[in-house]
Amino acid sequence: MNREELENKLSEIKGKLISIEQTTDNRIYLLCESENSYAVNKFLFEDVRCRFVIASGIDAEDCFEVLYHYAYDKLGLIITLKAFIRDRENPAIESIAPFLPAAEWIEREIHDILGIDIKNHPNLERLILADDWPEGVYPLRKEVKK
Amino acid sequence: MKESVRKPIIAIGPFHPLQEEMEFFQLTVDGETVTDINVRISYNHRGIEKISESLQFDQIPYLVSRICGICSASHPLAYIQAVEEIAGIEVPDRARYVRTIINELERIHSHLLWVGLGGHFIGYDTVFMWAWKYREPVLDLLEKITGNRNNYGNVRVGGCREDIPDELKPEILKELDIIEKKTEMLTKAILDDPVLHARLKGVGILSKEDAINYAVTGPTARGSGVDIDVRHDDPYAAYGDLDWKVITQTEGDVFAKAVVRLLETFESINMVRQALEKLPDGPIAVEVKEIPPGEGCGHAEAPRGETFHYVRSDGGNRPVRHKVRAPSYVNVPSFRASCIGQKIADVTLTLAAVDPCYSCTERLAVVDGHNNVIHDYDALLKLSREKTARISKELGYPGLKMEDLEIG
Repeated sequence: MNREELENKLSEIKGKLISIEQTTDNRIYLLCESENSYAVNKFLFEDVRCRFVIASGIDAEDCFEVLYHYAYDKLGLIITLKAFIRDRENPAIESIAPFLPAAEWIEREIHDILGIDIKNHPNLERLILADDWPEGVYPLRKEVKK
Repeated sequence: MKESVRKPIIAIGPFHPLQEEMEFFQLTVDGETVTDINVRISYNHRGIEKISESLQFDQIPYLVSRICGICSASHPLAYIQAVEEIAGIEVPDRARYVRTIINELERIHSHLLWVGLGGHFIGYDTVFMWAWKYREPVLDLLEKITGNRNNYGNVRVGGCREDIPDELKPEILKELDIIEKKTEMLTKAILDDPVLHARLKGVGILSKEDAINYAVTGPTARGSGVDIDVRHDDPYAAYGDLDWKVITQTEGDVFAKAVVRLLETFESINMVRQALEKLPDGPIAVEVKEIPPGEGCGHAEAPRGETFHYVRSDGGNRPVRHKVRAPSYVNVPSFRASCIGQKIADVTLTLAAVDPCYSCTERLAVVDGHNNVIHDYDALLKLSREKTARISKELGYPGLKMEDLEIG
């Protein structure tokens, strides 16, 4: 795909997005609500055939965000899907590991450090925190001070 | 009630006897064949992503260069590129070239390090001795340029900290000639050796499809026929100005990964030569006043694959979020595809073939967060002495002092 074909392809999923933003020539951000993140991720990996880079969980004070970073190497692009989790009391998002094994570890890490429930994850055991780390303390939340 | 079948498990770790880092593999075996692997990591946390939120933008390069001693050029570079993206900073040409030279020297010494370790892992210690001997002058060059053999601390937001003095150029070129010759000899010896072919070919195959599903990067991907390389796909520093090839092999086995790394070493040597020749005159940094609100992604091709940093700024002098993804974080989990069904001895080697780096992979939790005890050097020394005294007492050991010994 060239740049134009890629942008046409991305517009196919527009119905599930809040917006598409571009910060520089080769950085594209897709914004969506957490309910749609599974479908958009699947679209990016299987239809657009992007390479999964990593996901970043963020405590954005009024909500949680999970950023799924993808690369489209043929054009040197980084495409980031930004999913908003509005429910701060019981934050949850659908796992993408069932179709994308590369995401298994990072979803466990996000679960560990931010306390976001990853639904339908194949193995949601602790990855980063020690086994004797207290339950319910999520070190990357803003209320936890260094 | 039927008794469930109990399968033997071989535990390797938590301190890995061969890779000498903290990781814990539990191999479920059926005879010599490995049927499942469970891995536990995170014995090595330093809380770098959390610490980063408490540091200023210009302090963080020194923090992230300590994520990994070997990748201490590529981590800060990826971070800095993310920050420069947020602020829209144009880096002077000379700085782009200096960054390239440091990063390629890093790749040369890292690949030679792996080749040596690979030799050591299969009991071929001559390769280990050779490779590490030829790696040494590369570290000396890095020390001459940046002041350090590792942890160079040479990039800053807006450019570089140390320049490459023109009078050092002939010496670097001369050393490169020697390193190239020695690496050529080493490569030929490895490629010619029938024992190595027998040991490494067809072992630990990662298919192209699995390489894509596990999203592996660097030589692990290129050894499986996936031609990705950040230097080529999203050129940064001066890579777009240089003439070089992305090395790939299609077999996906341990041998293919070794060939990729060896051939890449020659490409890197050539890149350093070209960059030295083209090194433009001018300043090596621009002054950066402040970082505006925004977000940026920086990535760089580290020796083990793509290093990715995401930074978000709210306009203050510290990032509100800084995410680090080292290449081993995606390369290591591919063992599921490449190791299951292999013999135990091959699994050890296959796990080593991705050139895993655990200190890179684990960066997050806060050290000793339970009771917030921070031990300094003196406290650790005191604890150590107390422990020795306690053990001596328990064993009824009389204790021996240097001055009690009759020497001569």
